[in-house]
Amino acid sequence: MRMSRIVRIGADILYPAIVIFGLYIVAHGHLTPGGGFQGGAVIATGGALVIVAYSYKEVTEWLTKKVLMGQEVIGLLGFIGAGLLAFAVGQVFFFNFLANTGSLFGMPVPYGINPGELNTAGVIPVMNFAVGIEVWGGLTIVILYMLSGLEKEGT
Amino acid sequence: MLWNLPFITVVILTLIGLVTVLLKKNIIKILLGINILNSAVNLFLISLGYREGGVAPIFTLAPSELMVLPTPQALVLTSIVIGVATSALILSFAMILQKKYGTVDIDKIRRLQG
Amino acid sequence: MKKLLVVGVSLLILAGFFGMMAMTFSFGSPMITDMDDYFLRHGQEQTASNNECTAVVFDYRGFDTLGESTVLFCAIIGASLIFRKMQGGEEHEDE
Repeated sequence: MRMSRIVRIGADILYPAIVIFGLYIVAHGHLTPGGGFQGGAVIATGGALVIVAYSYKEVTEWLTKKVLMGQEVIGLLGFIGAGLLAFAVGQVFFFNFLANTGSLFGMPVPYGINPGELNTAGVIPVMNFAVGIEVWGGLTIVILYMLSGLEKEGT
Repeated sequence: MLWNLPFITVVILTLIGLVTVLLKKNIIKILLGINILNSAVNLFLISLGYREGGVAPIFTLAPSELMVLPTPQALVLTSIVIGVATSALILSFAMILQKKYGTVDIDKIRRLQG
Repeated sequence: MKKLLVVGVSLLILAGFFGMMAMTFSFGSPMITDMDDYFLRHGQEQTASNNECTAVVFDYRGFDTLGESTVLFCAIIGASLIFRKMQGGEEHEDE
C-alpha cells in the first residue's frame, strides 16, 4: 500500500528546491545568518521528506549508504586539510591565509555597515562547504540505518 | 518586562528536566528529560550576553551599530550539535534493547545477555 | 506517600537556592565585555567577513569546531555500528 499520487508528485517537485535552498544557506555563511551546520540540517530534512513519501526499498536504489558514508568522510578530511594548508605558507595551524590577498575569496571588506560581497572572507567559505557536506551525509545516514533496523523484523 | 524573566525560566526548566531524569522508568521519557536539560543550559548561555537595545552582530545592512556579544552564540552552536549526537545514540540503544528484551522498562532489563 | 513528601521538600530547597542565585544576575548589561569589544572592533579587517558569529566560530575559535565535528562523526559511526551482522546471521544490513 503506497502513498497517493499527489503526495509522491509533491515530494518529487519539492526535493530539488530544498537541496538548492540548503546549499544557498551554506554558501552565504559569511554574509547572512547561517553557515555549515544549519545548511546541512536543512538538506537532511529534504531527505526525510523523500523517505516518507516513498517506501524504504524504492529510496535505497538511488540514495545508497556507500555514497553517503563517503560524503561524511570527505567532509571531515576537507575540514582538517583546510587547516593544515596554512603550514605551506609558513604560519600556524588554522590560520586564515587567504584573507585580504588578491587570490580566491580575497577581497578586503570596507569598514562599517555595507551590503556584502561574495568574494570576501578567505578560508571561511571553504570550511563552510566541508562542514555542510559532512552534516548532510551524517544526518541522512542515521535516518536510513534506523529504518533498516526496523525493516528486517518481518512486518 | 526585562526584569530577570529568562533566568527564572532557566531555573524552572532545570528542575523539570532533573525530576524527569531521576523519577521515570521508561527510556524514551528519560531521553526527553535529557533534552529539556540541554535546552535549559543553552538558554542560560544565550541570555548572559544580551545588551539592551542591541541587534544581531552582522554588518550586512544592520539597523544600528550597537550589537550583542558574539562569543556565547558560538558556544551554543557547539552545544546544540552535541545534543543531537547524544539523542541519536540513545535512540539506537533503545531500538536494540527493545529487540532483545521485548520491553523498554529499565526495571526489567537487569542481566547481560550473550 | 512518604516518597512524595521527600521529593517535594527537596525540590523546594533546590528551587529556593537556584532562585536566590538567579536574582543576582542583571539581564541587559553584561559585566565583562573586553574580549567581545575587541572582536567587534577588529573583526572586519582581520578576517574580512561581515558575519561576526561565523568569524568567531571558524576563525578565532576554530579548534573548538574541530572537536565538535569529531564528536558528531564518532556518534554517527557508533549509531551505525549497532545495526550490523550478528553471529547467527539473524539480521544483516543491505548490500
